[in-house]
Amino acid sequence: MAEPLLRVEELHKSFGSLEVLKGVSTALERGHKTAVIGPSGCGKSTLLRCINYMETPTSGHIYLDGTLFGEKQANGRLVRMTETELARQRAHVGMVFQGFYLWPHLTARENVAIGPMKVRGMSKEQANALAEAMLAKVHMSHKVEEYPERLSGGQQQRVAIARALAQEPKLMLFDEPTSALDPELIGEVLNVIHELADEGRSMVLVTHEIRFARDVADWVIMMGDGVILEEGPADEVIRDPRHERTRSFLRQIVEH
Amino acid sequence: MDVEKILDLGGPLLLGAVTTVQITLISLVVAIAIGLSLALLKLTRFRPLHWLIDVYVEVFRNTPVLAQLFIIYFGLAYAGVKVASLPAAIIGLGLNGGAILTEVFRAGFGAIHHGQREAALAVGMTPWASMRWIILPQTWRITLPPLGNYAIALLKDTAVVSAIAAPEIMFYARNLVTSTFETTAVYILAALLYFCLSFPLARLVDRFERRQRAWQ
Repeated sequence: MAEPLLRVEELHKSFGSLEVLKGVSTALERGHKTAVIGPSGCGKSTLLRCINYMETPTSGHIYLDGTLFGEKQANGRLVRMTETELARQRAHVGMVFQGFYLWPHLTARENVAIGPMKVRGMSKEQANALAEAMLAKVHMSHKVEEYPERLSGGQQQRVAIARALAQEPKLMLFDEPTSALDPELIGEVLNVIHELADEGRSMVLVTHEIRFARDVADWVIMMGDGVILEEGPADEVIRDPRHERTRSFLRQIVEH
Repeated sequence: MDVEKILDLGGPLLLGAVTTVQITLISLVVAIAIGLSLALLKLTRFRPLHWLIDVYVEVFRNTPVLAQLFIIYFGLAYAGVKVASLPAAIIGLGLNGGAILTEVFRAGFGAIHHGQREAALAVGMTPWASMRWIILPQTWRITLPPLGNYAIALLKDTAVVSAIAAPEIMFYARNLVTSTFETTAVYILAALLYFCLSFPLARLVDRFERRQRAWQ
């Protein structure tokens, strides 16, 4: 069987004495989309952040494209990579945060272009052209010169998505991309993510938008207390959950 | 007291003003270099270093700069290290300012949300690149107003280095008083000189502050 794009193997993560991930394993095929759902505190964001080593797992391994991610062999055992080595690998994984985290001292175009310039050594002209193309993809061509403070939350998040796209990543990670948005701005961001999904991009999406998860993802992982409670094809898990806790979680979400 | 006499008095004071500006600028550069370096070191996880930096900051923040200058100038001479008054003034003010600016820069770094750095790492920047292109430019904007205020204070505080015979405005002023007995006129002239140097600087700082408010 071909190696999946992403393989997560027995992932554990503790913060001090608090064990947030208690052994999570999953895989993502190229072009597939996995949505991770579950109540707050279940470890879904931590799982996502461990995938690109924003958090260093306590144990377990990540493989991207068949290559060990964030770790390397040294003297016959696995150790964490240096920050510079890690940066090289992270460049292949785009991440979109709940809080956008656009850089306020840079315009929308600069926010998108600076990564390709400083990470891949692209010329300013090339990077600007790439940035404009990516901003067009998220329907932000009319705001390339604006600073983040002058953009709405939805617009900021779309620029943040363009910034991740400019990495030309193998995998996109979305960490509750609409949770910080006013309700009327959620749609524009979901539309953009939907379009990216339709392009066949590989993504892992942590979200509370259950209907969106069902529409976009092929696979849904329901997490609770640091483990995968159940997983399966998106439609099945969301329409007909087997686990009682999935059922009650979905009921609560839908009632909102 | 006539115009001619004032002009006579003004000559040496202007000479002192040049030294005052020199001491201010060089001490400022030294203080910024120390403050920025130590604030950066405080971002690392090396604990003993934090402790050493804290000791330095607290010692220099909680003792008078005049005492520090005397210790550097007279104390070192007593220990066999002869430091001329101008370098001693710059070392003293630089070390003192370094302690103040360490805190200023530390607060500046602290004001930047950790997500800013995370986003930089996420696009594949190294920690150094994220510092250089994302964190420092923002820190710079945040710290510019307090830095400017510190520069104004420093300009006026250079007056204390006359105590170790550094030939700046107040040093010449005191000499002039001894030779002319025009106490009031000389000190008013000296104060006026400080004002002429400080006032434009203060306006500049105001502009930075307004710009920063606009940017936030």
